[in-house]
Amino acid sequence: MSVGAATIPGRPRRLALRKLTVLELKLAWREPVGLILGVAVPIMLLLIFGLSSSFQKRIVAGNPITWRTELAPVLIGLVLVLIALISLPIPIVSQRENRFLRRLSTTPVSPSWLLAAQVAVNLLLALVAIVMIVVGDSVFFGVDAPQQVAGFILSVLLATMSLFALGLVVAAVARSARAAGAMGSVLLYPLLFFAGLWQPRQRMTPLMLHISDLTPLGAAVHAMLNSMQGSFPTLGSLAVMAGWTAIAGFAAVKLFRWE
Amino acid sequence: MLAGPLVANLIWMATSARAEISVRTGTQRSERPVAGVAHPVIEVVSLHKAYGATVAVEDVSFAVAEGEIFGILGPNGAGKTTTVECLSGLRVPDRGTVRVLGVDPQRQRHVIREWVGVQLQEGSLRGKLRVGELVDLFASFYTHPADARELLDLLDLTSKRGDYYKSLSGGQKQRLSIALALIGNPKIAILDELTTGLDPQARRETWGLIETIRDRGVTIVLVTHFMDEAERLCDRVALIDAGGVIAMDSPLGLAEREGGGNHMRFHPSRPFDDALLTALPEVDRLDHQGDRIVVGGTGDLLNAVISALASANIEAKDVQLESATLEDAFVRLTSHRSENSNGDGRR
Repeated sequence: MSVGAATIPGRPRRLALRKLTVLELKLAWREPVGLILGVAVPIMLLLIFGLSSSFQKRIVAGNPITWRTELAPVLIGLVLVLIALISLPIPIVSQRENRFLRRLSTTPVSPSWLLAAQVAVNLLLALVAIVMIVVGDSVFFGVDAPQQVAGFILSVLLATMSLFALGLVVAAVARSARAAGAMGSVLLYPLLFFAGLWQPRQRMTPLMLHISDLTPLGAAVHAMLNSMQGSFPTLGSLAVMAGWTAIAGFAAVKLFRWE
Repeated sequence: MLAGPLVANLIWMATSARAEISVRTGTQRSERPVAGVAHPVIEVVSLHKAYGATVAVEDVSFAVAEGEIFGILGPNGAGKTTTVECLSGLRVPDRGTVRVLGVDPQRQRHVIREWVGVQLQEGSLRGKLRVGELVDLFASFYTHPADARELLDLLDLTSKRGDYYKSLSGGQKQRLSIALALIGNPKIAILDELTTGLDPQARRETWGLIETIRDRGVTIVLVTHFMDEAERLCDRVALIDAGGVIAMDSPLGLAEREGGGNHMRFHPSRPFDDALLTALPEVDRLDHQGDRIVVGGTGDLLNAVISALASANIEAKDVQLESATLEDAFVRLTSHRSENSNGDGRR
């Protein structure tokens, strides 16, 4: 048989990757779960809390940190958790469930490209939300922009990586989109709790604070708070996030099933 | 910057050299039982695949000629889907040889993915994507895609270009999945459970479509458990049951050979001695149902009986002829096989 004489296999099909990403962007707009949960909700919370005068108060007497100072890191954590644990894994799992990943593996493109497109679109959503929170916080509510810019960016980057890795573990092990949603929500609440959404880190007991420092989101809020106030994040908090990234990333790759 | 494409080309040249070697070994192998097909584009020899302790496919061999519509038939769970998954490179056979377009689907995946279009059983696409977007997306996967507009015209989807996938009817979704299997201009299309869940009208339309596609030079492997579909479309069929091929022939040939023959019913103008007909080589048996005679046999039963009656000056009234169908053949073959588990009909 004259087989594919005209084909050059392995030719990078950038067009295909671009089309996949553009379609994922369109889907992010047409099925705006990530857009509403991950972008609109945190920004609404920023407006509500930012306008409330009680947020000017200090969390603990004698400590310069006000409720409003801690708001931005916690909201950034909320953005990342909602996008990484809900918006990212559910479409991946549902596309495995309806055998679209398998369908892709019968074509010259790999189903991993779809995952790449999905990650890219959710990273974009997270970036938009985080920029809006940081800019909105400093422009409208007079909270100082992060003093230690490099440390802040590094913290956000590591936080994003560790949570996206966790989200990919959910995508790897959940058998159905419904199960992915349930797993995401189960992980969501303890992460947010130890990040200080209900009780700021300043008011946590030593034990709680210790646990918080070991969770990816608690470490992230700690690191972001430090860099907002001008000091470089502690090595410990950066190491915790890096560790979660490595462990969860490894688990996601090991456990991921294409069908 | 030019190094990347250069390296890709070199790798391709190296791999295609290997492809030609495997073509040659492939033709040597076809001297064996699967020969008899002039220009095989698919050759399967002694395919074996188990999932843990469950044997899904056990010693399956067949060959598909270029331009053929080849049916893989069998009850649910017979191993049909596993067999075609080995053809499309989605599964790794435990034993046996698979050659598609002259190459091993596992070793030369890129060849298979480029040239074999696949429609999966029970797949679905993302609901909020439009028909046109999906077709364009899949077209971008292939090096030399078909003309999307022409394909949509052929599949009667042009007016649905701007519609969301989720708003399509079952038949339209099925036509779209056929379109996506063909958008890469494949040499072979593997269609799994093509018309399951379609209404009779949509099924007939889909069948017409498959014939059109074959006429454009695409070899088609059709997986089905519908006998009428196979009878209508397939040039040849392989009956698969419990992981093995139990018969392989044209649908008509199978029906005639294995279907238990034809039946003819009539009212004779006057009573006659059964021996008049049972003496005929075409007649296997004769029954009386009241005034009516039922004759079972093979070959040109109708003419043999009518002329024998005519020579005795008997007229046959209300003649009804029932031909054996592929379904009869299938039922007989599968029940025969369960009595004799070694399945001597197997090849």
